[in-house]
Amino acid sequence: MASLLTAFGRIAHAGVREYARRTAASCPASGLIGRSFVTRAQPLRSDNRVTVHFINRDGEKITVEGSPGDSLLDVVINEDLDFDGFGACEGTLACSTCHLIFDEDVYKKLGPVTDEEMDMLDLAYGLTDTSRLGCQICLSRSLEGMVARVPESVADIRQSQDGSSQ
Amino acid sequence: MPAFKKLFSGVTLWTWRRSRWINRRGDAAFSSCRPKVCVVGSGPAGFYTAQHLIKGRQDVEVDIYEQLPVPFGLVRFGVAPDHPEVKNVINTFTQTAKHARCNFYGNVNVGKDVSVQELQQAYHAVILSYGAEGNRRMGIPGEDLAGVYSAKDFVGWYNGLPSCRELSPDLNCDTAVILGQGNVALDIARILLSPTDILKKTDITHPALEALTESKVRRVLIVGRRGPMQVACTIKELREMVKLPGTRPELVQADFEGVAQALPDLPRPRKRLTELMFKAAVEPPAKDEQERRSKASRSWGLRFFRSPAMVLPNPDGTKAAAIRLAVNKLEGSGEAARAVLTDEVEDVTCGLVISSIGYKSLLIDSSVPFDSGKAIVPNQMGRVQQAPGLYCSGWLKTGPTGVIATTMNNSFDTARSLMEDLDSGNLDMSAAKSGAQHIRTLLEERGVKPVTFSDWEKIDSVEVKRGESTGKPREKLLTVENMLQVAWA
Repeated sequence: MASLLTAFGRIAHAGVREYARRTAASCPASGLIGRSFVTRAQPLRSDNRVTVHFINRDGEKITVEGSPGDSLLDVVINEDLDFDGFGACEGTLACSTCHLIFDEDVYKKLGPVTDEEMDMLDLAYGLTDTSRLGCQICLSRSLEGMVARVPESVADIRQSQDGSSQ
Repeated sequence: MPAFKKLFSGVTLWTWRRSRWINRRGDAAFSSCRPKVCVVGSGPAGFYTAQHLIKGRQDVEVDIYEQLPVPFGLVRFGVAPDHPEVKNVINTFTQTAKHARCNFYGNVNVGKDVSVQELQQAYHAVILSYGAEGNRRMGIPGEDLAGVYSAKDFVGWYNGLPSCRELSPDLNCDTAVILGQGNVALDIARILLSPTDILKKTDITHPALEALTESKVRRVLIVGRRGPMQVACTIKELREMVKLPGTRPELVQADFEGVAQALPDLPRPRKRLTELMFKAAVEPPAKDEQERRSKASRSWGLRFFRSPAMVLPNPDGTKAAAIRLAVNKLEGSGEAARAVLTDEVEDVTCGLVISSIGYKSLLIDSSVPFDSGKAIVPNQMGRVQQAPGLYCSGWLKTGPTGVIATTMNNSFDTARSLMEDLDSGNLDMSAAKSGAQHIRTLLEERGVKPVTFSDWEKIDSVEVKRGESTGKPREKLLTVENMLQVAWA
């Protein structure tokens, strides 16, 4: 695990972590208790953790744990997973860099997708029918052992041609 | 996790990385001198390139030069003030700038204060990522009349770009026409029409907020030369328009002829974007939406199949009073459809014309290869052609399109090219380079004092403090003089 981390990644993610702390962001999909409450108020026991397998861009499987209520972006940050450029807007639905791809059976369990998430997904590179944004996926016990694949590029294919359509 | 522990495990990793690099590189290519790299421009392209280099190589040192005393380029001066979430990338950039192997030198105008050639002498590699400072002109009569602005200047004005401070656009008219239907055009439309109660909580400049509070603009038309299925904006920005409080859409149903039939075959992003527009234009609104629209005092519209022909002056010829639009027909379909002029024209009365037809990169130093047709630096994967040791990233590399994440990816690509060249020995590492040491001496001789990142942090904290009293995230300093004063106080 540690070998997958980079000092830089840690530093770069510090901003995200501060952000999460500042806003005590709760998982947008949860509608339950703010995740910060869950993770901080209760001592973490392994039986209260959800195992997530990420497949990184090199096809390597990375197995980590998160707490129910965490978003998948939270997990990536908390575990200092080194997915370049992941979560550029820090989970505010303003980019598509935390794009993840799921197997269909897992995808069905992930809950509803908002228009705003779909809007951002539309700009994701390598969009599939089972794509979601990691910042919008909330961990729960029912997702134990889920596999999330990081697409090969985090590129946002928004060919916005800003104004150049004239 | 405590900071020391983070640091410690970070070190473990570097060792691992290093051994991997050495293995891959082999002893032959090993060089004892540290690669010194500089980046010209501190927008997203510059910072993402620097970030990837620092992360990918534990020996490389990166200096970032910036013309203004303040960093972050279009994140500060381009991203709309009501999109603060996009500006979160600044947190990551700040971590890069504070990295032990990274230095920021603001207030240094490359091409003027120091030449690219001098940078090349001082560094093993120079990465140009200074973006697209110019704007494409419409090339029509009346373009220089008062009341006609480029999107670049208008955006620069409300975002506090020092060179646009005195724009003071005249908002004393009912209708504004924006040429171009990209996201910049929609940003401007939104800023012109947003309730100022929303804007006053953003980092929009105080003069712009005052002017918008007094604005008489009630109607904004966003004009494109092709049809609804070719608009350049993206769905997030369009949805913001559809939902913009106090406004109603003003779309022409006839423009959407045949669109419903074409929808099923469109790729998902284009399909969802077109559907949203179609719904706003054609479908009868639900009751609450109907009510919302009837109460709206302002409107926005997309006008399709129109090219700007000329700006018509008022009777005394002092300022814009209308714009003549040439009516187009489409040849072909889909993304490749071409707009072809017809004989028909249409005059639209308006006191404000904003041309948002694209930014344009400029040549800052005659020694740099430049394709003036495409307005980019000719390159292969970020390697400037015929110029070993010179690289480019961001809009200078690709042309001015895409969002920050697009730039992030193309900047990572450039960094990868450079690291490949370090590994393969294609980048000349035979001599140690003096880097910033030499450049600082040159600058001192020329009376130029760089602004460091900690100087910028002083500016930052003053701006944040200035914003606090009015409930804004920051109140930007608007002149270079003012910024320098604070930086060196």
